[in-house]
Amino acid sequence: MADPPQNLFEQQESNRRRSFWLVTGFVLFFAWVGFGGDIAWYLMSADAPAAPGARPDRHTIPFIGIIATLVAGGICWYSWKKGPERVLWATGAREIQTPADDAERRLLNVVEEMAIASGLPRPRVYLVPDPDPNAFATGLEPGRAAIAVTQGLLASLNREELQGVVAHELAHIRNLDTRLMTLLAAMVGAIALMSDGMGRMVRSGVGFGGGGGGGGGRRVRGGGKGGNPLAIVVLVLWIITLILAPLISRFLAMAVSRKREFLADATGAQFTRNPMALASALEKLDAAGDPTRAITRGAAHLCIVDPTASRLSAAEGKVGDIFSSHPPIRMRIARLKGMAYQAAKRL
Amino acid sequence: MGFVLLAVVVVVALWVVTAYNKLIALKNQVANGWKQIDVQLKRRHDLIPNLVNAVKGAMDFEKSTLEAVISARNKAVSATGVAQVAKAEGELTQALGRLFALSENYPQLKATSNIQQLQEELVSTENKVGFARQLYNDVATSYNTAQQQFPTNLVAGLAKATPAELWEIEDAAERAVPNVDLKMN
Repeated sequence: MADPPQNLFEQQESNRRRSFWLVTGFVLFFAWVGFGGDIAWYLMSADAPAAPGARPDRHTIPFIGIIATLVAGGICWYSWKKGPERVLWATGAREIQTPADDAERRLLNVVEEMAIASGLPRPRVYLVPDPDPNAFATGLEPGRAAIAVTQGLLASLNREELQGVVAHELAHIRNLDTRLMTLLAAMVGAIALMSDGMGRMVRSGVGFGGGGGGGGGRRVRGGGKGGNPLAIVVLVLWIITLILAPLISRFLAMAVSRKREFLADATGAQFTRNPMALASALEKLDAAGDPTRAITRGAAHLCIVDPTASRLSAAEGKVGDIFSSHPPIRMRIARLKGMAYQAAKRL
Repeated sequence: MGFVLLAVVVVVALWVVTAYNKLIALKNQVANGWKQIDVQLKRRHDLIPNLVNAVKGAMDFEKSTLEAVISARNKAVSATGVAQVAKAEGELTQALGRLFALSENYPQLKATSNIQQLQEELVSTENKVGFARQLYNDVATSYNTAQQQFPTNLVAGLAKATPAELWEIEDAAERAVPNVDLKMN
């Protein structure tokens, strides 16, 4: 019996741990962005002369840092509470409660069948209005997870292929991949947003190096030309983090996702005992080369196949490895076919 | 010296507790797996009279097939115990398979969406029975393995663990075709 319970618990434990570190790293990053900005501002304004009669222009209360840390905490709390709903909302998915036609009834039945096979409670089922076939799962606990498929998927797959795809998604839910990936989706989005916002603030402030300037466009007068060297170092570091953060967070999301796709394929095949069905579904998804427009870049790593339809997903080797959220689909199909061959040999 | 002895006793006691709890957890999983099968079987039994009623008009002269389905269903409803249920359900699956094969000869049946829905429900129920059986067999196998393997077998008596019966598929034909294919296309 192909039953790897230890593997499962290790996988769940690893995902729990990674989720924890992700949240911690995220808060620390925001704290650095905030307090780093404060330090830079403080060093810039440290030698500012106190204007007679007015309060000194020194930046002594690190309110940027405090606000940024609070905001990060708020974002984490919000992603934990509402992350799955937000991801689903962003794709325009609607929940199927009572099936409207035969295809939806079949989908609900298939999800229920796979929930039985995996021993999980039945997740909620969503339909994404998009003609390109794709699917994803989200949710922080297996007990309140959701599976979303596009209309294109429902239209182009037969029953067994649909079963394979749903089993793959349920495998993500059971392994707790969805927790990590949903948190990542929320945080990649937040970091991109913050980086944009901070960048705008910095640009709108007067050039830091020459005479100093403040976040929020507030001018700080004084200081000699060139400013404090320590301040420059902090500032440069600070700006580099701001520029790199969105890239790093996206690469992180991609790396996390790539590894988990193979495992979810294998676990899904264990649920259906039919690896060929998923292989043939993947072939169909691969052939439909259009991007899934309803799914934004930030949630790309949640999907069963890369929704951006980038050429890089097909590339093998180092470059393809770094720049894609999914392993090459050909490789996944080959592995599934290998599993089917092994199973056939055992009979 | 006494200290070492105490440490050994504590370690052994801890191990007994862990092994005992593991066996009990597996036992409950097996019971739950069986309950899952039961739920799906009940659903299947409830659907069959609807199906028979729906096709009766069109397939009136295939009376013997319909009667075989009904009698197999009634036998399955009253079956108890893993082996008996497995046998009765296997016969029911075969009877249903024959009915569906014959229904292919009646194109007017395909046109009725009510029948299509019923068929989708039955395919799904067949699959659910199959997957529930798969889960049950997996859990029962790990339960049986745990209680036979050394050293867990030492506490098997304490946990009142007895080997769980697997749901065997007896019929060779059913083994070859696990799901009834009802695709109407």
